[in-house]
Amino acid sequence: MSSSLSETGHGAASREGSGPPARVVPRWRRSLRPYLLIVPALLLTGGILYPFGLGLYYTLFDFAASKPQPDMVGLENYRRIFSESSFWDSARVTVLYAVGAAAVETVLGVGVALLLHRSTLVGRVLEKILILPLMIAPVIAAIMWKLMLQPSVGVVNHLLKPFGMGGVQWTDTPAGALLSSIAVDVWVYTPFVAILALAGLRSLPTSPFEAAAVDGAGWWFTFRKLTLPMLWPYVLVAVIFRFMDSLKVFDIIYALTEGGPGDSTVVLQIRAYLEAIRFQRYSFGISYMIVLWAVVYLVTMVLVRYLGKIQNRAAEVPK
Amino acid sequence: MDMRVHDRRRFLALTAAASATPLLSACGAGFGGGESKKGGGSAADDVTGSFDWKKAKGKTVKALLNKHPYTDALIADLKSFTEKTGIKVEYDVFPEDNYFDKLTVDLSSGRASYDIFMLGAYMVWQYGPPGWLEDLGPWMSNSSATGSEWDQGDFFPNLLQADQWSLEAGAPLGQGGQYALPWGWETNVVAYNTEVFKKLGLKPAETFDELREISGVIKRKAPGAGFDGMYGVAVRGSRSWATIHPGFMTMYSRFGLKDFTVEGGKVKPAMNTPEAVAFTQDWAEMVKKGGPPSWTSYTWYQCSSDLGAKKAGMLFDADTAAYFQAVKGASPAAGKIAFHPGPKGPGGSLATNMWIWSLGMNAKSKNKHAAWLFLQWATGKEHLRKAAIEGNHIDPVRKSISQDAAYKDKMKGLEGFIETFETVVDQTKIQFTPQEQFFDATTSWAASLQEIYGGKNAKSVLNGLAGDLASKVG
Repeated sequence: MSSSLSETGHGAASREGSGPPARVVPRWRRSLRPYLLIVPALLLTGGILYPFGLGLYYTLFDFAASKPQPDMVGLENYRRIFSESSFWDSARVTVLYAVGAAAVETVLGVGVALLLHRSTLVGRVLEKILILPLMIAPVIAAIMWKLMLQPSVGVVNHLLKPFGMGGVQWTDTPAGALLSSIAVDVWVYTPFVAILALAGLRSLPTSPFEAAAVDGAGWWFTFRKLTLPMLWPYVLVAVIFRFMDSLKVFDIIYALTEGGPGDSTVVLQIRAYLEAIRFQRYSFGISYMIVLWAVVYLVTMVLVRYLGKIQNRAAEVPK
Repeated sequence: MDMRVHDRRRFLALTAAASATPLLSACGAGFGGGESKKGGGSAADDVTGSFDWKKAKGKTVKALLNKHPYTDALIADLKSFTEKTGIKVEYDVFPEDNYFDKLTVDLSSGRASYDIFMLGAYMVWQYGPPGWLEDLGPWMSNSSATGSEWDQGDFFPNLLQADQWSLEAGAPLGQGGQYALPWGWETNVVAYNTEVFKKLGLKPAETFDELREISGVIKRKAPGAGFDGMYGVAVRGSRSWATIHPGFMTMYSRFGLKDFTVEGGKVKPAMNTPEAVAFTQDWAEMVKKGGPPSWTSYTWYQCSSDLGAKKAGMLFDADTAAYFQAVKGASPAAGKIAFHPGPKGPGGSLATNMWIWSLGMNAKSKNKHAAWLFLQWATGKEHLRKAAIEGNHIDPVRKSISQDAAYKDKMKGLEGFIETFETVVDQTKIQFTPQEQFFDATTSWAASLQEIYGGKNAKSVLNGLAGDLASKVG
């Protein structure tokens, strides 16, 4: 009731004052204001949740082009997914790809950031060039690399020819295809990790490093005991982004190998695409997407929790 | 106090309820997509009176087209259609990589974004059962809607039958509804580089053993004979349904092999019979010894380009893939490419698989009469003759055009083209068993072929494939 009193008081004071009378805002409008402010966020949330909910609902049916009037099958699509060896094969390839790509990108990205952290002219120029792969759409990068890795006319084998390695069939074997896909991912996204790590490096306090220098600490000791622990939260953010993205990869692999040879690079996203779009088993394809979403969600939760711990530990480093 | 908290909660609950309403209504509204055509009447019955090209004057039809030389010839002649009918044509052209995804998504959404579109005969097996395709049979048989000059009897019968199906898995083509019209097609034969054949003293293969032998010989000897980097035979190898249907399925069929058998109405995989296993193993060996490097990424585009760039001694694929390299000035190998029907099967069979670019009508179209007039014109003698002679719309679907003097005159410069076409035309048909899981089956088959090429045991790979497909198509 206090709000009601204050409203009356405010109105009375205005009337008694010399200035123009203040507009009386009805109580219902004032009460509505906070809700109006969150309407855009609600719409956005609804825009995300609606298709998600609809997708989830569809997974309970056997909806397919061949069955436009589907029957409810409960959790049968999920049971089928987990009982098929193709799912486990795809899950294995997806994890291999994500771990491989995120690990290499992290090591290379941090390395590049450490090199660029020294403020030299070359470093400043390279810093600008570094982001170029990030400005290329991954699918374009994959097509570009597909041409470059072509055994007979590709530039990579041409460059390797003097070393007696001109006949490498990069994407013709299962291991080669997976490694080539990871290499393209690394080429595209290492700059992303490097930029985040570089930003982290530049935001580190200088005093601990100065103290270490005065104490005569070596580069490796300083890196291990100061740089890395304080930089780790930034690196982990990059790892979370890259790992999440790599689990969901589609474009690079599809453009490079279409999932082949055999099923050797059919990651979960490609399996979902094939099921839903190519083979038009919509419910089954969406179920794959839901499973992938759950995996990404769980992995991210674990990593985010770990990030919190790391941040706390980094805060304990004397500054 | 809590009154406000309570209000906020109530507001959120109401908002959530409001958000859920469309969700629930959407769910209750069903799943969109198609509706069954079985038993429904045809819009063709609404067209009465005498036939008149101008009957749908003022209408606009929207077409979805794939980027292709046939399409270029069609677009170049669209003005004639508009002048003849008063119907405007709007179109979107997409490259083949995305074309079918775009078409599939559009049709499955249940919208009528496009009245007409290009499709292959295999797509009829996927788009037909959900009721996305208009049955053109009633339009063809309605003399008020179809002019006498359209002349249905002029089509090669195997082509017209390829787009006709009863929508029952395993049932032969040529029965049931006419779900598309043949517009342009491709037969799968061997095209070869005459220069390298002459230099190495080779003759086109008459048997599969000879083809395998010649492929290996070219790969071993051609680079030393002045053909730098040349290999034997270009065939597709990517992990796609499109790998199976040209050269592979043609040779497979010439051996009398089947993809599926139909027993008591049930479709059973047959790609793992001892004969099929032996053939598949031999095919993979041929590619290893005489095929392109990086074969597992090869699509028709790479195969065709390699023939044109003198990187491939032979091409076992669509005749058009070679034609576009063979015409004067098109490639370094132009003028040095000849055509041959390809190896015969053990019994002398020249059974050949084909691809048909067909035109279909959206069952949800609001402009069916105008769309039918367009289909009639695009598959009619007048446009197809012009497209064949002035454009690159080769492999005519009409008998009259294949015998047209001007067409023959145009094609006579290509060594062996006419003879090859005439040799295989009657034996060319869809060699696959019609069934809805065609794309899953052939994509998985291509993946299996890649695994065999990679060194896995053909028998166990194909047994695995057959076992996997049995539960999907049976």
